[in-house]
Amino acid sequence: MQPVIPIIILALPLTMFLVLGLLGHKMSHRLAGILGTAGMGTTMVLAYIVSFTYFFSGNPSFIDADTHTRLQAVIFNHDWLAFTPSLVIRLGFLLDPISALMLVVITTISFMVHLYSNGYMRDHHGVWETGFQRFYAFLSLFSFSMLGLVVATNIFQMYIFWELVGASSYLLIGFYYTKPSAVSASKKAFIVTRFADLGFLIGILILSFYTGTFNFTDLTSVEVSNGVYQISESTASSVKNIFATSAAPVFMGGSVLTWALVLIFMGGMGKSAMMPLHIWLPDAMEGPTPVSALIHAATMVVAGVYLVARLFPLYLMEEMSLQIIVVVGALTALYAAMVACTQIDIKRVLAFSTISQIAFMMVSLGVARPEFHHGLGYMASMFHLFTHAMFKALLFLCAGALIHAIGSNDYTAMHGLRKHMPVTHITFLIGCLAIAGIIPFAGFFSKDEILTATMGHSTFWYVWMSAVAGLTAFYMFRLYYLIFWWKEHKVPQGHHAPHDQPWTMTLPLVILAVISCVAGFVPMGNLVTWNGHGMFENVNIFTNFAALDWGVASISLAVAIIAIIIATVMYKKENPLPEKMKNLLPNLWRWCHHRFYWDELYMFITHKIIFGCISKPIAWFDHYIVDGAMNGLALLTQKVSYAIRGLQSGNIQMYVWYYLIGALLLGAITAICLI
Amino acid sequence: MFSNILIYFVIIPLLMLGGFALCRTDKAVRTVAVVGSMALLALSVWLLVDYIALRQAGETAEMLYTGSWVWFAPLNIHLAVGVDGVSIAMLLLSSIIIFAGSFASWKIDNMRHFFMWLLLLSTGVFGFFISIDMFTMFMFYEVALIPMYLLIGQWGTGRKEYSAMKLTLMLMGGSAFLMLSLIGIYFHSAPEGGQLTWNLLEIAQNDSISRGWQYFLFPMCFVGFGVLGAMFPFHTWSPDGHACAPTAVSMLHAGVLMKLGGYGCFRVAMYLMPTAANDLAWIFLILTGVSVVYGAFSACVQTDLKYINAYSSVSHCGMVLFAILMINTTALTGAIMQMLSHGLMTALFFALIGMIYGRTHTRDIRLMGGLMKIMPFLGVGYVIAGMASLGLPGLSGFVAEMTIFVGSFQHTDMFHRVFTIVACSSIVITAVYILRVVGKLLFGPVQDEHHLSLTDATWWERLSTITLIVSVAAIGCFPNFFEWLIRFTFSPEIFRAIGLN
Repeated sequence: MQPVIPIIILALPLTMFLVLGLLGHKMSHRLAGILGTAGMGTTMVLAYIVSFTYFFSGNPSFIDADTHTRLQAVIFNHDWLAFTPSLVIRLGFLLDPISALMLVVITTISFMVHLYSNGYMRDHHGVWETGFQRFYAFLSLFSFSMLGLVVATNIFQMYIFWELVGASSYLLIGFYYTKPSAVSASKKAFIVTRFADLGFLIGILILSFYTGTFNFTDLTSVEVSNGVYQISESTASSVKNIFATSAAPVFMGGSVLTWALVLIFMGGMGKSAMMPLHIWLPDAMEGPTPVSALIHAATMVVAGVYLVARLFPLYLMEEMSLQIIVVVGALTALYAAMVACTQIDIKRVLAFSTISQIAFMMVSLGVARPEFHHGLGYMASMFHLFTHAMFKALLFLCAGALIHAIGSNDYTAMHGLRKHMPVTHITFLIGCLAIAGIIPFAGFFSKDEILTATMGHSTFWYVWMSAVAGLTAFYMFRLYYLIFWWKEHKVPQGHHAPHDQPWTMTLPLVILAVISCVAGFVPMGNLVTWNGHGMFENVNIFTNFAALDWGVASISLAVAIIAIIIATVMYKKENPLPEKMKNLLPNLWRWCHHRFYWDELYMFITHKIIFGCISKPIAWFDHYIVDGAMNGLALLTQKVSYAIRGLQSGNIQMYVWYYLIGALLLGAITAICLI
Repeated sequence: MFSNILIYFVIIPLLMLGGFALCRTDKAVRTVAVVGSMALLALSVWLLVDYIALRQAGETAEMLYTGSWVWFAPLNIHLAVGVDGVSIAMLLLSSIIIFAGSFASWKIDNMRHFFMWLLLLSTGVFGFFISIDMFTMFMFYEVALIPMYLLIGQWGTGRKEYSAMKLTLMLMGGSAFLMLSLIGIYFHSAPEGGQLTWNLLEIAQNDSISRGWQYFLFPMCFVGFGVLGAMFPFHTWSPDGHACAPTAVSMLHAGVLMKLGGYGCFRVAMYLMPTAANDLAWIFLILTGVSVVYGAFSACVQTDLKYINAYSSVSHCGMVLFAILMINTTALTGAIMQMLSHGLMTALFFALIGMIYGRTHTRDIRLMGGLMKIMPFLGVGYVIAGMASLGLPGLSGFVAEMTIFVGSFQHTDMFHRVFTIVACSSIVITAVYILRVVGKLLFGPVQDEHHLSLTDATWWERLSTITLIVSVAAIGCFPNFFEWLIRFTFSPEIFRAIGLN
């Protein structure tokens, strides 16, 4: 493939950022919106072209015809910074199944959000938000960074764009910068993810030092040997090199490779909001809702999953690192689902739901093994990433429409909106059905694959994750009923009834709803697998049905339906049941409602320990001890000068005395020495 | 003598000094300052281009444009000049900052005298970077330090007399060590019976300083330069000095003068005494490693904008010395890039702080807030400077720090690993204090309603800011060029005694 289109895919959003950022204040709001949307639309079309070419053209550089294996193709790769002859950061464009998939996901959601924001970022009278141009500039910056991240050809390029998405996320969360809560949320998001990135950076340093390369193609290439897919000879040897050259191959019970992988995973935990680094994501909801849909639901937060998937062949070499991923993911999934059941702010419910769903993807990667259905977990994880991006963006954009109409994030202000906002109602319901995993919506297929993969790994985690899936259905329908049913909404005198939104907002909702209905039929097993080898021989639209493990599927379906029935009983009409449940387990409810006091714990650590016990003492030490010593030295010099200046009195008689005393002393010393 | 291009780096500032003496109005002073600083900028860009052309043509000598003129024959003192990639990078940095600094001091009392002292300082700086004779190098070093006393004492704010005195005395204390060390080097500069010399290249060639003497001279030399490089625990002149200095002086001081320290440590201490550098590095690694996190933690609780930035400089300059002591090509490249990067972004910081202070008349972040709405240009500039400081890719800080970390990680023993990771952790702490300041100063509601009537940047302030932002972004976006420029310098001779590559 010629590098022209890939270059444009990256360059266009960057150009848009520069144009809107530097000249935005000179152009009208409408023009800025149109320009941004058109730019993103073009990028989307080009990304589709690239991605479809990769998957379906049959080009020999993309697929190996004999083994039906999809290959990694480096479209272009320019040196950017050479640390040593072998450790070179390059900026390039890597096409392989997951990056091609991500190109589609990112550009689709980003375009929807660009379009949607044209309606969202103005009030009911059509007055544009202040900083509208800036908003589009930042959206473009984000899209550029995210695209750069997924097409990275080497781990350092990924790190570069990883930091850039972090910064654009910071800018967008803090978009309403006069609001103190938004400022502190953006700060929190940046610092927490920065802390995780420290782990990522050290992981990169370790990995690259021992393997001598940053390149993904060197680190993760897979090949067929004796009919079995495994890590290619060259990769294995460069990774084995780790043990050969390392002076201390084992450090605190883990090999160097394990440490590197776990530290890199720590970076992923930060971005993907895995416990205990999840605390920034709920607060990030302070940003405008389209931003939450794009960054904090569909694209940036799955970067951690993408990172693990990208290095998956390496993770396969260290069983322990995969075990850690499973445990972290499973704990996070349950935790976030429990918390989501008790939140009042609809965006927070969705945020915790996002955390929980990303944890599903993580678990799925953690349980993936080549022995089990050709690494089903890997495929399931990417499949869920794809479907989740669609239906979660849909849910967030619906939430945005509701907030836009009501002017509040709180569901108690919403109740019974189904008649006033029919389009939002239907699309939101589709989103809920998809996330709950009801056949035939998108989430059903992907979640089922994840559960099957988990089942193949361990029954314990399978039961655990099924329970979380049930909780998911429950809290989503709780939210649905509380927004659209419960009690009727009374319109106060002199106010307009809440109503559906302009077409710029409706159209993305409808498109995403349609995708959420049909995305489950995409034969992902044939497109995205850990080794590039397709799972199915023949592909048609019922492939996914045929491939289902109906035992697992029927159980998960039953769990979801039961959960939805419980939610219906509890929340469809105003009734005292929820209150009773709450009083039944008051402590559990309180802990969930306060998110298990993680934020308070972090507050304590940062304010009391970092500021109070480290920074302040250091500043004190600097001022009174280090500087005090310098001032003391100066003072001492001064005092000594004052003390001895009396000697220089100018009084001749005194000088004679000094002379005599000195002469006598000298004489005495001489005498002593001579004797 | 005048056929050597390098001499003009000293002649132009001296001519400007003369020009200022003749000026009668502020306008004339500005004209001279602008013309002169543009000439310097043009000269260093031209030098850069010419240097690259020579290197491309296959010139492999260690120093180019060398020239040497006898100055005091009995002691074999020469005015010897010559540059390599590192010095060219430093010359470029200095001329950019002097250019930006001239615009940042567009309005200042007693402008003629201010600029005269500033240009004397610049003469010292340029002279230092082009010299390869230790004696003239030291002389220019002193020429650069003394005007600082007057500039801060006369044009400063706050406790300016105290700060000026403290700064000068501490740096002079460093100079005393340095002088001793340089004389020591001179007396061991040639093998028994050979002609003693001050010339860096010849001393390196002779390689005649015994291990014992190196052990004695290296620490003195390193500490002497290290004081100016704000090495813990000799850094306390920096917060007070910066806080009281006028804008352009802060810019020049943090941007260029502190680089003299790092450059000296590299060019003299490391280059001439590699054995001792290798053996004793661990002592200074501890000190500089401490500097890096210590400065960052201190910055977290400061409330004065300039103090925050001064402590941040302690942290970043600590990183420079830290990388120099890692003694490998990658880390050294990183050190030089960090000097460039820190010089530019800290100058940008001080320029912006000066502009903000000129409007609000306070530097206490507790008394300010929401300035982004009132002065968007300065606000955006400040955010960019902050992002460069916390190492955002695309700006200079990132490439420098990453080069240092990758370079430092080449050492496999536990000691170096631990300190590398300690230094890495500064990226988190830096984010904490930068975002704290940005959040308090620029975002949030407006604290003081008097600020609502303030204006955004004037054209000269914009010019000064944009120059620096463009430079920061240029390094951040095209690091390979700078990396090439710098790396070419590291001839194997530097590492000969250590046996590293």
